[in-house]
Amino acid sequence: MKYSLSKIALAVAMTSVLLSGCSSTDDQAGSFTDGSNGQAGANTAGTGDGSLAGSEFGGANGAGGANGYGANGANGGGGPNGTKTIYFMYDSSQVQQEFVPVITAHAQYLQSNPGAHIIVAGNADERGSREYNIALGEQRAKSVARMLTSQGAADSQIEIVSYGEEKPAAMGHDESAWQLNRRAELDYQGQ
Amino acid sequence: MRLFIQKLMMLFCLAAVSLWARAELSIEITGGVESATPIAVVPFGGSAPLDVSAIVNADLGHSGYFRTLPQQDMLSKPTSEAEVNYRTWQALGQEYLVVGQVVPDGGQYATQFELFTVYKGQKMLAYRMQVPGTDLRRAAHRISDLIFEKITGKKGVFGTRIAYVTSNGGAKRNYRLQVADADGYNSFTIASSNEPLMSPTWSYDGKKIAYVSFESKRAAIYIQTLATGQRQRVSGSPGINGAPAFSPDGSKLALTLSKDGSPNIYVLSLGDMSLRRVTQGNFIDTEPTFTPDGAHIVFTSDRGGKPQLYRVSAQGGAATRITFKGSYNARASFSSDGRKIAMVHSNGRGFQIAVMDVGSGSVDVLTEGALDESPSFAPNGSMLLYAAKQGGRETLATVSADGKVRQKLAFDGGEVRDPSWSP
Repeated sequence: MKYSLSKIALAVAMTSVLLSGCSSTDDQAGSFTDGSNGQAGANTAGTGDGSLAGSEFGGANGAGGANGYGANGANGGGGPNGTKTIYFMYDSSQVQQEFVPVITAHAQYLQSNPGAHIIVAGNADERGSREYNIALGEQRAKSVARMLTSQGAADSQIEIVSYGEEKPAAMGHDESAWQLNRRAELDYQGQ
Repeated sequence: MRLFIQKLMMLFCLAAVSLWARAELSIEITGGVESATPIAVVPFGGSAPLDVSAIVNADLGHSGYFRTLPQQDMLSKPTSEAEVNYRTWQALGQEYLVVGQVVPDGGQYATQFELFTVYKGQKMLAYRMQVPGTDLRRAAHRISDLIFEKITGKKGVFGTRIAYVTSNGGAKRNYRLQVADADGYNSFTIASSNEPLMSPTWSYDGKKIAYVSFESKRAAIYIQTLATGQRQRVSGSPGINGAPAFSPDGSKLALTLSKDGSPNIYVLSLGDMSLRRVTQGNFIDTEPTFTPDGAHIVFTSDRGGKPQLYRVSAQGGAATRITFKGSYNARASFSSDGRKIAMVHSNGRGFQIAVMDVGSGSVDVLTEGALDESPSFAPNGSMLLYAAKQGGRETLATVSADGKVRQKLAFDGGEVRDPSWSP
């Protein structure tokens, strides 16, 4: 019985910090990013075998199943009704080949609809520090934006934002969730 | 006798745990516990709307330095020196004794206490203060601080506060930035949004908090004055507005902006809102924190391939890498004396909290979690508060500076993250 009262009391006191927040679960209208179809991808997501052992920056290619959560449904073309989530590999902001047609379709849509505006929201999985993940998310959003403009969309049609790990599409804490969270989402404004 | 006390304590522990379990919280002690000093805080005499001695008792217990004596174990309840029989307390194995009184006095409360060392039978400290009823809780923390400092030689942290972000799970999210006393009381929400709130950080005088809000669907940095609730948007550039950190003198804010391309470190002068770019280059530079003398900034950068900590003059110039152990070192947070840096560390197996000795460069990994982050030192350096993932939830946890005492706090109502301990 080495666990002294004081330690327990500390834990009790510290937990009470959290009580007030705990007691209030309101259900104000949320605003999770429109058009997020991360869950749709979940049906086809390869589980991958990335684990915590593969640190995000250890150079490990933790994400297996790159083809699993693919851009099926991309055939719908660009625009508000097209596939609007682009997934990324572990510690990478490079657009995977299978998502290039998705982005091309959106670029074509933007080019032929000069009045259309999108926000490209970059996201990261939860590994690593929060602000560093904001930076990673921005790199992903930027690489999508670059590909859009190089294929005909105008700079003025595109805005980017990064939510880092703050808006996960999947709530789990393993690779199957992480691969759904490493993503960029295209959000057509005013749609 | 000792066994008896231990049994009593165990009962109390069980009672405490079950009490909180009912509040849907669970407590897991994950590390060993060092021997703590026995102290008896006798219920104070007089009459007051708040049980001051109970707060002192709890504070000292929470510190990890003391083992407090349960009331039912006390054979007498003196409230002043004249009533103290040292032998009684010696027999109970107590090293220190606290007695006191809180007496109504002209609309206020005359609050006094005395601290004794039991074996020598000597008074170590006596203190008297006049406090309004609304300040009794603060007075109790002040008493705890005085006792703690007298015995340990370290400043207490009972009057300090913590800030943290909560969010309810699920698709309809609500993010709240909350502040609470270090003992968990007086928690209140200082900002609430359906878009993310993150990275709260205290000014060195403890009066303001800077944080990042996405409430406008874009990142912006706000500074909020706690006493008035007044807030000011100090940065809303295109792209990232992140990782705010006050300079020690409060005149500047270091931050991360990507308005000129890649994320870089900037310093914003809060007087005239002028902006100085501190780092250059096409890398990720983020998570700045001032050295306690304000002359330098330590930040995270991937300029060497993997995220590591670097130091640069607060005026800008060449940056020097300062971390070399581990494949990932990020989000530096200084101890108040500037001798230690807490950081998120990885050697390839998850992310833990590590502390680097600035002088020697030696690194101690203090935690064992898979996804630990956001460390901040208690102002007296005795422990660190950090965020952990446990049982699929984000929780807060503490670890003693020597890594020996760890506690994780599950929070069933949602996620808790991004903690920051006030100065």
